[in-house]
Amino acid sequence: MRVVGIVKLGQFVFLLSTEETMATERPNRVWNRKHILGLEELSAEEITQILDQAAEFKQQAKEGVLKLNSLRGKVVANLFFEPSTRTRTSFGLAAKRLSADTVDFSPSGSSLSKGETFIDTAKNIEAMGVDQVVVRHATPGAPHLLSKHLQASVLNAGDGTHEHPTQALLDIFTIREQKGTLEGLTVTLVGDILHSRVARSNIWGLKKLGARVIVCGPSTLIPRDITQLGVEISYDLDAVLPETDCVNLLRVQFERQRSAFFPSIREYAHLFGLNTERASRGKEGMVVLAPGPINRGVELSTEVADGPHSVVLDQVTNGLLVRMSCLYLLNQYQDRQAERGDS
Amino acid sequence: MTSLLIRGGRLIDPSQNLDRTGDLLIRDGIIAGAGDVAGHVDEVIEAEELIVSPGLIDLHTALRDPGDEEDETTYTGTAAALAGGFTSIACLPDTTPAIDNRAAAEFAILQAARARNCHVYPLGAVTKSLKGEELAEMGQLVDGGAVGFSDGKHPLHNSEIMRRALEYSRMFDRPIFNFPEVEELSRSGVMHEGYYSTLLGLRGMPAAAESIMVGRDLALAEMTDGKLHITTITVTNSVKQIQQAKEAGVKVTCSVTPHHLTLDDSTLQSFDAAFKVNPPLRSRDHIDSLIRGLKDGTIDAISSDHQPYSIEKKRNELDQAPFGIAGLETVLPICIQSLIDPGHLSWLQLIDKLSTRPAAILGLSKGTLKENSAADITLIDPHAEWTIDPEQFFSRGRNTPFEGWAVKGQAHTVIVGGQVRYYRGQILSRMNPAV
Repeated sequence: MRVVGIVKLGQFVFLLSTEETMATERPNRVWNRKHILGLEELSAEEITQILDQAAEFKQQAKEGVLKLNSLRGKVVANLFFEPSTRTRTSFGLAAKRLSADTVDFSPSGSSLSKGETFIDTAKNIEAMGVDQVVVRHATPGAPHLLSKHLQASVLNAGDGTHEHPTQALLDIFTIREQKGTLEGLTVTLVGDILHSRVARSNIWGLKKLGARVIVCGPSTLIPRDITQLGVEISYDLDAVLPETDCVNLLRVQFERQRSAFFPSIREYAHLFGLNTERASRGKEGMVVLAPGPINRGVELSTEVADGPHSVVLDQVTNGLLVRMSCLYLLNQYQDRQAERGDS
Repeated sequence: MTSLLIRGGRLIDPSQNLDRTGDLLIRDGIIAGAGDVAGHVDEVIEAEELIVSPGLIDLHTALRDPGDEEDETTYTGTAAALAGGFTSIACLPDTTPAIDNRAAAEFAILQAARARNCHVYPLGAVTKSLKGEELAEMGQLVDGGAVGFSDGKHPLHNSEIMRRALEYSRMFDRPIFNFPEVEELSRSGVMHEGYYSTLLGLRGMPAAAESIMVGRDLALAEMTDGKLHITTITVTNSVKQIQQAKEAGVKVTCSVTPHHLTLDDSTLQSFDAAFKVNPPLRSRDHIDSLIRGLKDGTIDAISSDHQPYSIEKKRNELDQAPFGIAGLETVLPICIQSLIDPGHLSWLQLIDKLSTRPAAILGLSKGTLKENSAADITLIDPHAEWTIDPEQFFSRGRNTPFEGWAVKGQAHTVIVGGQVRYYRGQILSRMNPAV
């Protein structure tokens, strides 16, 4: 699609295209979900719809259309009950790109420290007229709990060690961009699988889109039941690299570990750290992802992080687009519900 | 002299292996006769279609009184017990302050006397302040009315203390209740460790955390010849070890809860704290082992493990919410659904596990319809259909995983010491106005 002009009409922005394929490319793809809580519940079609919408935003951005009017007059609340820099900034910017008003909330200095419950806090913020709530919380299921108590749409920005859907979506978007498709690819997730919400969301998304998934890391950090999600387990990174199209290096979650799961960081880096020598054993054209924040010298060496295989910064760029896409589609659902209510 | 006749009910008494239709006469709070009773009586209860059972006895109830009255009081907890069909409950010592001295035990009994609902028999603490470090004054506690010893939900992790407790309590012929958990293995867990904990990213509590402690306790009970009761077992390996120990003559008894027989760990997919309980809801294979253990007699008793919590405590993020289910008022229908209806247990066996065996474990001369025993009697309507609604609970705890379940079977009339204290949904006892 080539954009030749933009017409603003009320809160809608019409992109005038030279091609008429836009409508036929995606016939009647209507977003039918109020919340995005995880990739477990999304179908392959829904995941693809989010990715395609993000791709459309990317194309528009390339053509200089950075700001859209889709969420003008809407309010997006970012409730981050757990520290975050990158996801929070990314969501904030995504909402602003769509012209939403945003409100940020963090527990320090808030009523939570005065003993207010999590649900009451969220309800109070909602009462100020919030349409979408982006929530990060240390407890698995916290966004699910909120979705039962709020009228607003809830977008999970990471719940404990359960799911982190937008991170997985941006990883998958980045892989699709590099490789064209997920179908038939072998993706290896390396590191702390036990404590990783990124791993769980990636597994759901990758499997649904037809990829083969290997999880690789210290045996103390790979739950045995994970095979029931349809993944393979390996404890030997060198053995699986030659068949790996994409390697995703998960951060070691020191803060979530209850006790020592491996003897030392030195030993971890020795067994599972991706350095230049190891990266060279990868399959031709192997792509290196890392959800960050990366521990240089632990999960991957500086040479690899900044090297030709690395798409770490593409991931960050794509994260913005994927989050715009989620906000946009949830808003689409809400608008449709509102129309139904009016008629 | 007052007399009460329960006429035409199905009399079930495991202590006499009795299951037949007949009358039961109560005179001055004592069972005066079974079978067909003739002659004048003051009052008659028609019990056609009802089961006439010895009053149910709960081994494991938290009353939260004193200290956490927002969760439960002795009055509300004993009212809940009546509604569940219980005429006696053993209450846990994990109050604030704990029942680790004679005065506290006597206070628990006094509160029950004030409430005038059902009998309350305190379990005294095994260790001072439930800290697991020094033995509590067990002899004093027995004199204050304690029928056994427990540190509530605090496992006795120190093997030396457990050994001494089992040895020392032999003098009083009272059991030591231990909650089987190796804390190091289940610390900060919220659910059973397995497929669903992996799926949900929730920290797991492995089955071995329980069975290791069961194994240790059995070894210590064998060594000391002490009386051991293992509460709320949930895993296959616990059942196996207890079965072997019983065959070897170890003085061990154990119990399960209705919820562990009914619900599995997949329920946590709702992220609803109503399903958060310790020990955690296990996987289906463990549930099958528990049912086998009940059938073959390895598992002696069923207890509510009543753990009431106020709504504001329970309606929280899953890792913040406390463990526990307010179980007293749902024991009967859940047992009927999971044990009677599928044919796992007969009514005679079920009442044995809810009344006769618990009485034996606590050393009470109850759980029987024999002549000259105290008239603690529960009339059960096994066909009554109802929907579980926590808003209707007598308990202050509304924390049930069974909300909205359509069930059948409930207590119809509950008689304590010859007095009708509960009749068709109403508590008839009145709090003592003098106190």
